[in-house]
Amino acid sequence: MDFDLMLRVYPFFIEAAGTTILLSVLTAILGLTCGALGAAARLSRLVVFRFLGAAYVSVFRGTPALIQLFILYFGGPQIGIQLDAFEAGVIGLGINAGAYMTETIRGAIISIDKGQREAARTLGLSQFQGFYKVILPQAARLMVRPLGVNLNMLIKATALVAAISVIELTYTAQRYIGSTYKPFEMFLLAGILYMIIIYATGRGVAWLDRKVQIN
Amino acid sequence: MTDPNHFVQIRHAQKSFGSLEVLKDISLNVARGQIVAIIGPSGSGKSTLLRAINDLDALTGGEVWLDGVQVNKSLPHRQYEKHINEMRQQIGMVFQHFNLFPHMTARDNVTMAPKLLKGLTNEEADALAKEQLEKVGMLDRIDYYPSQLSGGQKQRVAIARALAMKPKLMLFDEATSALDPELVDEVNLVMKKLAEEHMTMIIVTHEMDFAAAVCDRVLFMDRGVVVEEGPPEVIFRNPEKDRTKEFLRKHLAGAK
Repeated sequence: MDFDLMLRVYPFFIEAAGTTILLSVLTAILGLTCGALGAAARLSRLVVFRFLGAAYVSVFRGTPALIQLFILYFGGPQIGIQLDAFEAGVIGLGINAGAYMTETIRGAIISIDKGQREAARTLGLSQFQGFYKVILPQAARLMVRPLGVNLNMLIKATALVAAISVIELTYTAQRYIGSTYKPFEMFLLAGILYMIIIYATGRGVAWLDRKVQIN
Repeated sequence: MTDPNHFVQIRHAQKSFGSLEVLKDISLNVARGQIVAIIGPSGSGKSTLLRAINDLDALTGGEVWLDGVQVNKSLPHRQYEKHINEMRQQIGMVFQHFNLFPHMTARDNVTMAPKLLKGLTNEEADALAKEQLEKVGMLDRIDYYPSQLSGGQKQRVAIARALAMKPKLMLFDEATSALDPELVDEVNLVMKKLAEEHMTMIIVTHEMDFAAAVCDRVLFMDRGVVVEEGPPEVIFRNPEKDRTKEFLRKHLAGAK
């Protein structure tokens, strides 16, 4: 194994890891937004919204994220959607992650005992007041860990955008393989950096989970 | 002012789930300050009737009135929501499983709704929490979370939470059924205290002794109808109907 080479190129990988992190953060924000909207739709009183929410989840969980990215990035211009690779990466992965997060958020909300809603309504709270004062604070605590799993998956899924030439960690590894012919070292380096990002995120999620638990 | 003898009125209450009729044309008047117990076997419709009073379970027919205002008015959705929220603020309810908010301390459980709905300041809310928790003997646990309380203590906090809205009427849905036997008395004691203060109460219960000691009237329900009603002395000692006799025989034999 060529340690010298790894030491020489790792600063470029760190820079690429920065792009991966930025991509992950933006994707997570968009994913959470889509997830919250999706969950709201799935739980709506109106059948139209429930249908749209269910359709969103089954379409985006039912097809490979890579195909979704390809449709958006390569197919987009054909229907008038012009995005650069980074934008397409964030939007494609964000909408995809949102489908998974929809189910996470919805699952946490419906797992709250119905007696909680009844107690809130009995006191005279409206549906909305009961939701944000009573249901959501409890559901939010339950969501932290499963959303952490979604986040873990999402970070790893950012590797897919290498296929639409976003210069992030995986793409950078491939590029250096082209000039060094050392796939083992290059992919290992990328793998180590992914692991550091994911480990740190996991610790962050665990910390948040402890912090929000009651008592 | 409205007729105090018809403080709570249930007129021809009817409820069906599909083809199953769980309430069959029930009418009932409760006077202001009166305490009514509803007893009967499980599945008799007694909880459904209680939950219809604050429209937690909507009736399919009939009317519920409180203090001259119809609770289950037919209004367009938005207007109805506003109306029912106002009505529910006047009707306290206590559940079998307490339904305390686990993410709030006893203090916040009591003050959340008054702060949100009546705009109490923090100082006012604090005084209210102390007053209500004192009343149920839980002042020393004011900053405890529900998970740190026993069942009886939770139920007392739940009663304080309901009372904090200053309701005109209190509904108790088997408030002591989920409690260990040794914790029942502390909750009964609080309910007795409310009775002495002439709170109007409708109580669904399995505790015949408590019903006999505290209530002005007892309703025996079975299969969606009120089979028999009267003062506790009559219902418990001298019931007329065979179904009442049979229920009491089984129930008292089981309890003793």
